[in-house]
Amino acid sequence: MTDLVIIGGGPAGMSAAVAAYESGIRDILILERDAQLGGILQQCIHNGFGLHRFGEELTGPEYAWKYEKQVRELGIPVKLNTMVLSVTPDRVITATNEEEGIFAIEARAIILAMGCRERPRGALNIAGTRPAGIYSAGTAQKLVNRKGYLPGKSVVILGSGDIGLIMARRMTLEGAEVKAVCELMPYSGGLARNIEQCLNDFGIPLKLSHTVVEIHGRKRLEGVTIAKVDENRRPIEETKEYIPCDTLLLSVGLIPENELTLQAGIGMDVVTGGAVVDQDRQTSREGIFTCGNVLHVHDLVDFVSEEAAVAGKSAAEYIRGESGQECDIPIGADGKIRYTVPQRITKRKDITLFFRVADIYRNVKINVVGDGRVIHSVRKPKAAPGEMESLLLKAPLFEGVSKLSLQLEELG
Amino acid sequence: MYDVAIIGAGVAGGLLARTLAAYDIKICILEKESDVAMGSTRANSGIAHAGYDAEEGSLKAKLNVRGSRLMEQVTKELGVPYRRTGSLVIGFGDEDRETIEKLCARGLRNGVRGLQVIDGEEARRLEPGLSDSVTCALYAPTAGIVCPYELAIAAVGNAMDNGAELMLDFEVNHIEKKEGHYEIFSDACGENCCENLQKPRKVCARYVVNAAGIYADEIARLAGDDSIQIHPRRGEYLLLDRECGNLVSRTIFRTPSKKGKGILITPTVDGNLLLGPTSVDGEDKEDKATTEEGLAQIMARAQENVKNLPLRKVITSFTGLRSAGNTGDFIITSPKEGFINVAGIESPGLTAAPAIAEYVAEMLAGQGLALKRKEDYQPFRKPVYAFRNASVEEKNEMIRRDKAYGRVVCRCETVTEGEIVAAIRQNPPARDLDGIKRRTRAQMGRCQGGFCMPYLAEILAREWGVPYEEITKSGEGSEISVCRTKG
Repeated sequence: MTDLVIIGGGPAGMSAAVAAYESGIRDILILERDAQLGGILQQCIHNGFGLHRFGEELTGPEYAWKYEKQVRELGIPVKLNTMVLSVTPDRVITATNEEEGIFAIEARAIILAMGCRERPRGALNIAGTRPAGIYSAGTAQKLVNRKGYLPGKSVVILGSGDIGLIMARRMTLEGAEVKAVCELMPYSGGLARNIEQCLNDFGIPLKLSHTVVEIHGRKRLEGVTIAKVDENRRPIEETKEYIPCDTLLLSVGLIPENELTLQAGIGMDVVTGGAVVDQDRQTSREGIFTCGNVLHVHDLVDFVSEEAAVAGKSAAEYIRGESGQECDIPIGADGKIRYTVPQRITKRKDITLFFRVADIYRNVKINVVGDGRVIHSVRKPKAAPGEMESLLLKAPLFEGVSKLSLQLEELG
Repeated sequence: MYDVAIIGAGVAGGLLARTLAAYDIKICILEKESDVAMGSTRANSGIAHAGYDAEEGSLKAKLNVRGSRLMEQVTKELGVPYRRTGSLVIGFGDEDRETIEKLCARGLRNGVRGLQVIDGEEARRLEPGLSDSVTCALYAPTAGIVCPYELAIAAVGNAMDNGAELMLDFEVNHIEKKEGHYEIFSDACGENCCENLQKPRKVCARYVVNAAGIYADEIARLAGDDSIQIHPRRGEYLLLDRECGNLVSRTIFRTPSKKGKGILITPTVDGNLLLGPTSVDGEDKEDKATTEEGLAQIMARAQENVKNLPLRKVITSFTGLRSAGNTGDFIITSPKEGFINVAGIESPGLTAAPAIAEYVAEMLAGQGLALKRKEDYQPFRKPVYAFRNASVEEKNEMIRRDKAYGRVVCRCETVTEGEIVAAIRQNPPARDLDGIKRRTRAQMGRCQGGFCMPYLAEILAREWGVPYEEITKSGEGSEISVCRTKG
């Protein structure tokens, strides 16, 4: 029996491990499927990481190293090249690696920190051929930054998620011509600073309300047809335009990788694609916690680390038998607010609620409604789907409340 | 000099090669693409039809029913997944019921076993996902599902294990009839051409079988037979995530009408759900593009048949080209001594393929090919160890023997490096990323290769001893990268 097993050695898993250790747990094991710790940060060689957490601009590998160093110094055991195959509701993990073959571990507590994956082309139903030269932005990032190969020389990017924006700059720096970034929505889902630093600084056009409608080329990509879309996101025939290119990068969304979570029979949130959790990031299965991008997709790794620390500390409390349920208050969202994390409160303590809005809004009030009554409000000059928001909810505010909901009020 | 040259390494040519490889003769398979199973075999519905569709007395009917009976044994020997799931032809109203009754009667005359016309309620009892408007159905318990390209790959592989030779990138451009044999030429230079400079390539064979799929008419013309016309019939498909594989447990066909056979919904042997195909007659034999209209049509039609189709769970879409002939039946003919056409192998061609192989072997024997059984013939293909399907004990044994089976490369489908390497070393070897995909399922899951593709390319480069830049998605011209980023 192991006290705490953490699945995933990326930023979430490492931060959770360190937090659990600092909370007094010693019997910890991190399982990582890659050959090294750090997860996707290892291929994010640009800077901009750590401003919130460390007050300095770090590259991805540097940020990862800050945590890896701690994991090593604390002597937390790690199994690399180890793939978890299943997790049962009663916390038995089956994993495999080349040294040990298939092995099972019973855990007192588990933290799921598997991260997310990119949405592939197939999910978009773009018509046309299936040539080489179409990659998700992260795959191209791996080819360029880790393997040292340039996927192509003239590029169109579909989707303005952060990885797409970062790759627009990266491909340009490597000598490729990025002809356009097309975004289906009338606004970008990426961070404002990335649009500035990765597109505007390089004169790369961002075509909002545009999508790729057809892919051309038999062996290798030869071009794409793009079109403007109407308010229902349907392509407008007259606006079709052919752009010759040998590479199409897709940055059209990230999907939390919850195969193991589903296997463990954990209750899911259809909006986030991750588990339903309480303030401790505990799932519907006792002793199974989750954090980071497998729970909901974050914009900044700093917040992943923060959330994972909450999960690590909470798992430690759980292992010591210190955590008991004090209440059970579900938190809803009104649609203009797409989701909240956590989705329920089980302890009477101050809680930070994270949430995303569904559209671009200016001058709004976020109301926390308890049993039909506004118990707390925060004004925001603007809110966008691309930027995660948060608010602090003091414990006395929800004393005696049976149901909470987050609502967005437009002040006009 | 070969005894038999088979043109085309699809499921028909592959299974024929495998059948002939049991005998003491010299066989070669000529394939114009850089891998096997690249034509009609690559993308179709993967159905082993029961055999009620084809007109009584036709070759299609005869070979379908025979093929359906052979399929279990053949797939078992070749280690290819095949499931006898049964199928339902669903009907909406009286007109459909009439058609279904006719199909049932025709099937019984064709020798299909177990056919039954059932009412809507009974159909929904079998398949709770069916639309509430379904009023009747034809239940065919002998129908099944099989993966067409896996079957062709395994068949060619087994033929090669038994001595057959596979020549890839061998596009047949010219055929000459000589005394007692044929000379077959390819202008394409093929593998390692730059070193060997063997251009054009020539193969001599006493018998030639034209199993060239959508190009079978052109091959026939090269041999002086102008009677065949094949046109490509495009069929688009949508593939849904494995999460949706249980929505139906049998193949669901729509009652055929004047508008055609309609969109089917079927589980695949790999546990996905497949919707399609559309049916559009085309001209271009290389046009495998999907269209906006086609994909929209599949979605609209499929929803009429099954409730709550999770169309958000589409992981990929593709187009297959069926080899539609000009006679309505399979065209298995011998226009010249020693030359046999296996053309117009459209549906139910996949099901019929094992029976076509038997049939053509008999034709060859009838034309004087001596078929003496090989003593060391091995009908079983060396099993492909699929890690994800193995028991814990088997998995541990695999890892103990070869550590590479402990390294999971494709996360979504749980494919190990051991399986990837096996696919590269086994007959017919995988040479590119798509080849690995078809043999191991790596890159076929929900991330569609996003994570594992760069690593697979590394394994390919290592195993073939070629630079990373030369690794392709699917043959020359489809390289995945253009150059190194730094010197």
